[in-house]
Amino acid sequence: MIKVENVSKSFGGIQAVRDCSLEVARGTITGLIGPNGAGKSTLFNTIAGVFPPTSGRVILDGQDVTGRKPHELFGLGLVRTFQIAHEYATMPVIENLMVTPPGQSGESIFRAMLGGSQMRREEAELRQTAEEVLDFLKLTHVKYELAGNLSGGQKKLLELGRTMMTDARVVLLDEVGAGINRTLLGDLAKNIRRLNEERGYTFFVIEHDMDLIGDLCDPVIVMAEGTVLTQGDMTDIRADKRVIEAYLGHSDQPEAVADA
Amino acid sequence: MDLLAFGLLFLIQTVPYGIAVLGLNINWGFTGLFNVGVAGFYAVGAYTSAILTAPEQLHSIAFGLPAGVGWLASMLTAAIVAYAIGKICLRLRSDYLAIATIGIAEILRLVIKNYQDLTGGTYGIQNLPRPFEFVGGYGADLAFLAVGIVIVAVLYILIERMWRSPWGRVMRAIRENEVAAAAAGKNVEAFRLEAFVVGSALMGLAGAIAVHASKSVGIEGTEPLEVTFLLWVMLIVGGSGNNKGALIGVVLIWALWSILPDFIAAGFLPLIESAFDLSEENVEDVSRRIPYVRLFLIGVLLQVVLQKFPGGLLREKAPSLAKQPAS
Repeated sequence: MIKVENVSKSFGGIQAVRDCSLEVARGTITGLIGPNGAGKSTLFNTIAGVFPPTSGRVILDGQDVTGRKPHELFGLGLVRTFQIAHEYATMPVIENLMVTPPGQSGESIFRAMLGGSQMRREEAELRQTAEEVLDFLKLTHVKYELAGNLSGGQKKLLELGRTMMTDARVVLLDEVGAGINRTLLGDLAKNIRRLNEERGYTFFVIEHDMDLIGDLCDPVIVMAEGTVLTQGDMTDIRADKRVIEAYLGHSDQPEAVADA
Repeated sequence: MDLLAFGLLFLIQTVPYGIAVLGLNINWGFTGLFNVGVAGFYAVGAYTSAILTAPEQLHSIAFGLPAGVGWLASMLTAAIVAYAIGKICLRLRSDYLAIATIGIAEILRLVIKNYQDLTGGTYGIQNLPRPFEFVGGYGADLAFLAVGIVIVAVLYILIERMWRSPWGRVMRAIRENEVAAAAAGKNVEAFRLEAFVVGSALMGLAGAIAVHASKSVGIEGTEPLEVTFLLWVMLIVGGSGNNKGALIGVVLIWALWSILPDFIAAGFLPLIESAFDLSEENVEDVSRRIPYVRLFLIGVLLQVVLQKFPGGLLREKAPSLAKQPAS
């Protein structure tokens, strides 16, 4: 579904991602873990079109999308959430959701001025969808609250909700669990799995919560120092000495050095 | 001046401000575009209409077309200028856009001032036609005012619809979080350009109507102080993001601006005179300075509103909150 080929990305003298290649298979919930500074978010931003890679290619569903802009990628079915929730603060929760769907006829300025029954019908349908999504996420009670007033966890749910307002094919979740309490996190994982099974979303997930990753993701890709260290299922990853070293630092024992 | 004439003049003068403030609200209130170049678009509109509609001039060309043609053309020209500027400048964010637009507005005004063959330069353009002036007397003023009010009302209705539509929703989303809007598939650059062009077109129309009201145009009529600055105060005091609030801001601020000097002169000058035992020369001096007091007072008002009514007198209200379904 997503194929990253030899992607590098530098910011001035800092090479955040270096010669990184990986693949996210269709229909999977693929995890991406790694210590802070491993380049996970930079890689995500490169895939999502926030900035082009310094070198290398990004392939989405067989199509080269390197350097495409975020709104174009959205049109190709790639949707993302943000590590720090990006809500529309002064807009009510329901409108935060209703913005997302593409191809709304009322987004044309002339239609907007003239109104008309098609726009009203679409709006009614949109509102219906948005209410279903809020129901799904158990956010119905804050429907008319301004999004800026939500708790951190609720904002994260709203991020996930936005991805449900469109027919996404692949969803990039950037630390979707951060700042969410345990109970809610369970719900979130359930929702992600449901979207994966019922709607066939492919997920690519950055997460620091190893339990959540272990619970949801197969396979799991580990990044360290800007490139892929290894990948496999969570049991293998947990046992992998190189992964432990990447997180905890190199040990002074000679065999560990030899391993690395 | 008797009260009726004064009242009519006052209201006629609020019409262009009302139109321009709706345009500025589309820029800033809807989309968050920090356009401080209002005077530039206003001037472009004013001169477009003046050149097209004026009878023969001593210092510049003129076409003698009807005022309505001039008004439409003023919107179109301002829109074209805004499109060209927006294409280049809209990638700049907030304060940088402000710096760019303020500079471009001055460039436009300087071009107008110096291109005498076209604009009359410092001579200006005189004897512009004014719709319904054949009626004569108060009737002419009343009819002109009616035309103005109809235009403002129609624009208000259209722009309210835009506010409540998905188009308005996208604009607010872009204002709140551009990155998220782009990730939600919205072509942020194109939408921002739309808002910029439409808002600027209204500023152009405002300029055109203002110069037909006064039947003449000169570069001093497009001073940023009386156009850009006042409009921003009107929008912020009235309530940015709220069309009704913006129009209330226009009436309120224009009332203060135009009535204050006379009010102070009548009410306070005798007091000052007796309190400080001023000579005749000094009295004259003080009365000359009075108009500047209003700048200070409007500044104070702006401060009070920002402190006590953040968001303005009538605050922005999201459409889904204004019309909650009954269930």
